[in-house]
Amino acid sequence: MPVDYLPILVMLIVVSAFAAIALTISALVGPRRPTPAKLSPYESGMPPFGSARRRVPVKYYLTAVLFILFDIEIIFFYPWAVLFRQLGWFGLIEMALFVLVLLVGYVYVWRKGGFDWD
Amino acid sequence: MTLDPFMVMLLDVLVKAIVIVVALLGAYAYMTLAERYVMARVQVRIGPNRVGRVGPIAVLQPVADAVKTIFKEDFCPANADKIVYTLAPGLAVAIALLAWAVIPLSPPLTIAGYTIHFYIADVGIAALYLLAVGSLGVYAIVLGGWSSNNKYSLLGGLRSAAQMISYEVSLGLALVGVLMISGSLSLVDIVEKQSPIWNVVWQPVGFVLYCICAVAETNRVPFDLPEAETELVAGYSTEYGSLKFALFYMAEYINIVTVSAIAATMFLGGYQGPFGLLPGAHWLLLKIAVFIFIFMWMRATLPRFRYDQLMRFGWKVLLPLGLANVFATAVVMVLLGR
Repeated sequence: MPVDYLPILVMLIVVSAFAAIALTISALVGPRRPTPAKLSPYESGMPPFGSARRRVPVKYYLTAVLFILFDIEIIFFYPWAVLFRQLGWFGLIEMALFVLVLLVGYVYVWRKGGFDWD
Repeated sequence: MTLDPFMVMLLDVLVKAIVIVVALLGAYAYMTLAERYVMARVQVRIGPNRVGRVGPIAVLQPVADAVKTIFKEDFCPANADKIVYTLAPGLAVAIALLAWAVIPLSPPLTIAGYTIHFYIADVGIAALYLLAVGSLGVYAIVLGGWSSNNKYSLLGGLRSAAQMISYEVSLGLALVGVLMISGSLSLVDIVEKQSPIWNVVWQPVGFVLYCICAVAETNRVPFDLPEAETELVAGYSTEYGSLKFALFYMAEYINIVTVSAIAATMFLGGYQGPFGLLPGAHWLLLKIAVFIFIFMWMRATLPRFRYDQLMRFGWKVLLPLGLANVFATAVVMVLLGR
């Protein structure tokens, strides 16, 4: 029922209001005395060099792609898990086949070194 | 005067939402104090003693901290993305609070013909909702780290993203066993079905798996690489000060309470007492408190993982273990015919 989700909307409004109030208080109450040194990026006292907006190592993208793959697998698990009692052997075999396909990919990524960070 | 039932429901929810937000704010304040005391004890130090070491005056320490934080300068570093930089801490805390919409705190109570339910929403997909909201938390950290225009922040944000999404997979898997036993995604149902035997009895591996992943999800020791002081200054929160920093900090502590509450709800019977003893919110609070203490204990005791160890452990150990646990549960359930 969509109306069941109404309380979550109320909660969303309350927490957003809380965050907004906190950020507003922070902006209004604190002093503002900016100096160039204070506003420069903190690099442990060394003069900062270059920009921090640089290209990201491809490793992180690989992890993100693997996450999407396996997280969708988990999402498929959820309805299956809830209905497992009704499905019985049929559910077990179906899911075993599904995971078997995924395991092939998992082993492939493992052997290619996708899970090693260096 | 007749009351519109819809307005009553709305008011009821609004009051509960505000109470939960205020309660978690208080929990955060006193968790910081408790953590400092626990760590001081473990490390044979005195701990916070300026406000007062013992007695009722000591409870004012978080108040002093809060006042000091509020009156700190609210600055925005040069070349930072001002809007994202400002919104990220708010996002962090809002997401951390949002998970509490579905956690049942106590059995329903009827006063003068009006039944109070101690949850904000009982939706049919509550467990999925928790996972969804939990995974949003990574946005706040990445955006905060990226927008600061600081290399330490950026690295902290990226590390955190990779770490949180890696452990989220196993976190989701750890809960599948519980869902199979309960046959429901609603947390109210899951808690009700754990009387008198808690799910941890049937799902010990799932429970341990969940606990490990929960620590990684909250970026706490031994998985605190996103804010590893010795290498990244303060990680994604390096360029943050005043209440903005406090909001990030608050999000972290509320996440600790949240994962503790989820662990208690999913595996340890939520508000159910052991052997069906006197159910109520006190059991849930007790279980959460024990988890929080363990979090602090670990912070004072354990060293930090190396990043490659962390990733290898998540993908090569926890993920297969989670899958094996789901299959073992499935086979046992089919063989026993229930």
